[in-house]
Amino acid sequence: MKDIIFDFEYLTPKTLKEALELLSKYDEGECKVIAGGQSLLVLMKHKLITPNYLIDIKGLSDLDYIKLDDKQGLKIGALTTHRAIETSPIIQKEFTVLSEMEQNVSSVETRNWGTIGGNVCHGDPGGDPTPVLIALNANLKLTSLKGERTIKAEDFTSNYYETALQHDELLTEIQVPNLAPNTGVKFTKFSQIAGDYANASAAVSITLDNKEICSDVRIALGSVAVAPMRAKKAEDILKGKKISDELLAEAGQIASEEASPTTDAEVSAEYKKELVKVLVRRVGKEALERAKKA
Amino acid sequence: MKKELNLVVNGESYNLWVEPGTLLVQVLRDELGFKGTKRSCDSGSCCACTVILDGKAVKSCSILALQANGKKVLTVEGLADGANLHPIQQAFIDNWAFQCGFCTSGQMMAAKALLDENDNPTREEIQRAMDGHLCRCTGYNMINEAIQDAAKRLRERK
Repeated sequence: MKDIIFDFEYLTPKTLKEALELLSKYDEGECKVIAGGQSLLVLMKHKLITPNYLIDIKGLSDLDYIKLDDKQGLKIGALTTHRAIETSPIIQKEFTVLSEMEQNVSSVETRNWGTIGGNVCHGDPGGDPTPVLIALNANLKLTSLKGERTIKAEDFTSNYYETALQHDELLTEIQVPNLAPNTGVKFTKFSQIAGDYANASAAVSITLDNKEICSDVRIALGSVAVAPMRAKKAEDILKGKKISDELLAEAGQIASEEASPTTDAEVSAEYKKELVKVLVRRVGKEALERAKKA
Repeated sequence: MKKELNLVVNGESYNLWVEPGTLLVQVLRDELGFKGTKRSCDSGSCCACTVILDGKAVKSCSILALQANGKKVLTVEGLADGANLHPIQQAFIDNWAFQCGFCTSGQMMAAKALLDENDNPTREEIQRAMDGHLCRCTGYNMINEAIQDAAKRLRERK
């Protein structure tokens, strides 16, 4: 049996301010924040993380919300569960790709308890939400006692399990701008069994002008570098052009060259590169179809 | 340092003191004796330990017991009404939906959570609700059929 076998103090702040005060009170390495803990507890069982103080923010219901504003776009509180995002009628209608992505994050049981903020802050390069948030050009609101700042989702994860989050900060909100007219977004991951971490994933957002020329495109890849990444050279191939199957195949090839995967327990680096080639082409095509119908 | 935990399990209130690192599944099994909830992978990968927490199916190996403080837990022991099996339990028996039975409590708790929300799920909806549950014996068809059967029995009972 894998138990958590070290001692720590368990703290349950009642407000965001209390949580931030606790964070600033303890040194880095001394404390750790837990939300749903669906990733963190595994690391604690293996003693990869052994905090003296565990700050449980799961009960901060003020950070559990989904709001859509005509001007400001979608705002998701960091403690919103995966399942709430998956089943939100607003998200299903206006940001379908987010709901579709959530359907395949682990299992219903994990999605019922795990939070999107916890997932993003965990910083796993194979996580599903971050590539989609990058494709959607999302911003993350980080809050500390000193104030707030926002950072682009694409700049947030820096390395395996490393993020731009400072020790005294909490991720409090995910902000997704409204989609431009004629925009289609699609995400697909390739994994060994349903709900597993991706061996490779791709999220593509395509915006067309009134002549069906690609005016904007974002391609985000998961699990093929030390952090979720944008394939900017592949984007450049598509931008300003009428997108054809051949062009998408070329974009896939270039994205595959941009990716820098390592072999993991399941598949080789070479295989992951092949996956990127195929995923970008296929997902790009589906995003394009959506953009034409949008 | 131990902390106080209040938990309602299958309708009964419990009050105990636990170390912060104690998982919900440990409290259920080792402190309170609800051994119907199984520990298997212990890493959130198999769903054998699934219980219903405030109406939602969750993995009890992946939640600290203290995170469930003040909440209501339903375990497999809470399904039957005295000597009468719950329709989900009876449907699992009648449809040969288990062999060794180790994953069955988790499967039934997930089925319960699903049927509480959706009394007539399609085959695909059942697959989606159950896709985290690993079973090494039966293949998954009989489990799916059992849940469809249970849904029918529950609808008829209404």
